[in-house]
Amino acid sequence: MDKHLTSAPALKVLSIIIVFCAWEYAGRIPVSPAFPTFLETMQGLWEITIDGSLLRAYPETLKPLILGVAISAVLGITIGVAIGLSFKVEWFASPIFVVMQSAPLAALIPLLVLAYGIGLTSKVMVVCIMAMPVIVLNSANAVRHTPTSIKEMGRSFLGSPMEIIFKIILPSAAPVIFAGLRLGVSAGFIGAILSELLITPTGIGDVITYNQAIAEYAKMYAAIFSIIVLAVVFLDVIEKIELTLFRPDKRVSA
Amino acid sequence: MTSQGNTALKTTQDAPQSDIAVSVRNVSKIYGGAIHALNDMTLDFPRGQLTSLLGPSGCGKTTLLKIIGGLLDQTSGEILVNGKPVDGPGPDRAFVFQDFALMPWASVIRNVAFGLELRGVAKSEREAVAEKYIAAVGLSGFEKQYPHELSGGMRQRVGLARALSVNADVLLLDEPFSAVDEQTRRKFQEDLLALVENEKKTFIFVTHSIEEAVYVSDQIALLLARPSRVSEIIKPDIDRSISPDALRRDPVYLDTVERIWSSLRSYVE
Repeated sequence: MDKHLTSAPALKVLSIIIVFCAWEYAGRIPVSPAFPTFLETMQGLWEITIDGSLLRAYPETLKPLILGVAISAVLGITIGVAIGLSFKVEWFASPIFVVMQSAPLAALIPLLVLAYGIGLTSKVMVVCIMAMPVIVLNSANAVRHTPTSIKEMGRSFLGSPMEIIFKIILPSAAPVIFAGLRLGVSAGFIGAILSELLITPTGIGDVITYNQAIAEYAKMYAAIFSIIVLAVVFLDVIEKIELTLFRPDKRVSA
Repeated sequence: MTSQGNTALKTTQDAPQSDIAVSVRNVSKIYGGAIHALNDMTLDFPRGQLTSLLGPSGCGKTTLLKIIGGLLDQTSGEILVNGKPVDGPGPDRAFVFQDFALMPWASVIRNVAFGLELRGVAKSEREAVAEKYIAAVGLSGFEKQYPHELSGGMRQRVGLARALSVNADVLLLDEPFSAVDEQTRRKFQEDLLALVENEKKTFIFVTHSIEEAVYVSDQIALLLARPSRVSEIIKPDIDRSISPDALRRDPVYLDTVERIWSSLRSYVE
């Protein structure tokens, strides 16, 4: 009995219930007239689901999000691994990403709009600017910190440089690369919504802005809630992929 | 594998000129143009025997081992393996690492077979060889386990099995037992003696433990630092046929330990 109460799923559910109760309580005080309770938000979620506005909004939002995250993942991991393997690449490429990571995105958006217009390209760029630096910097770090002895092991057992990269360095770096990927994907979600709020209101950004404008706060929070749920599910899928592909040792022990 | 071991033995008997497996000729290693890790070192390693490199930290013993293994380049001098100069790692030498250097994401059998995997040996074939050496180091039944599920001593057995499975003439062991506990280490030392006896390979063994060196070695090269040099070659004249426990109380064993300690003491003080 006790064991069930403190098991991983039980604790996760408990933590979620506490947050929702606190939310419901804060909504009933109320903290602000613009802050709906949890139950009101869930009802709002139901309404925007059945009236089809969520269904119409998500394809719009997912387009720049998936495109941007995919570009950031492929390009980011490749560049990051190259930086980790070679100091020359690091000196050449790393400053760009350090600057990109610390640049105030909101200030850059007008520039992007001037250069690329208000269409898909600008939104994909925003997602990439948010997602790529953390993916690049984590991948570079992970590769740079591969234990020397397993690299020496690869050399002493006559591994070619390519074999050492693909059979030793990448699997060894995979956990930190994936940690960066998860951070990058979360940042990409923020970027996608930010671009819809700041460039042109489309997709979920439109649902949020519209419902805010007509004071349907429950529906506005419902839209935000739905994107958070999607992000969490997406991150969970990435973690599953990582364990399946790269870390059979952790999968067995878990 | 056994046949090659026998050939090596036969060569030793038939042709005494080739009874040196590894020869270090005037090797120097200078780091960053200033730090002399090795200074004009010359040393021979007899075939089929276990030679220890013993000395205090900073005497260059691990540097020398890594140069022999081809993991480091010497600044000058040459290394001959079976009479041929070597430059870089080769199939004639296999390395056992101080921190085991196992891949945490790979099972025991993949770790052991990894040397053969890098040589392009087919999966079924390399796993059969790995299976054999996993049994030889006493890890049968652990093939599918991952390194983090094993104790330190068992992990080093995996490292040893990996080095044995590539069937190199020369095994290079870099303080292999320093990261395992004392009881395990004693058992390891006994197993190592059996291995030297059965495998007919040349073992080069780095250690900082005098007792360990005297216990396992046919020949001990005592290295000293600043300047780095071979100060003495000691061949412990110990009767290996007696039991391990008797050996540790054997007067020759104890005298040799004492003699090495007295040469090192003057250096330490």
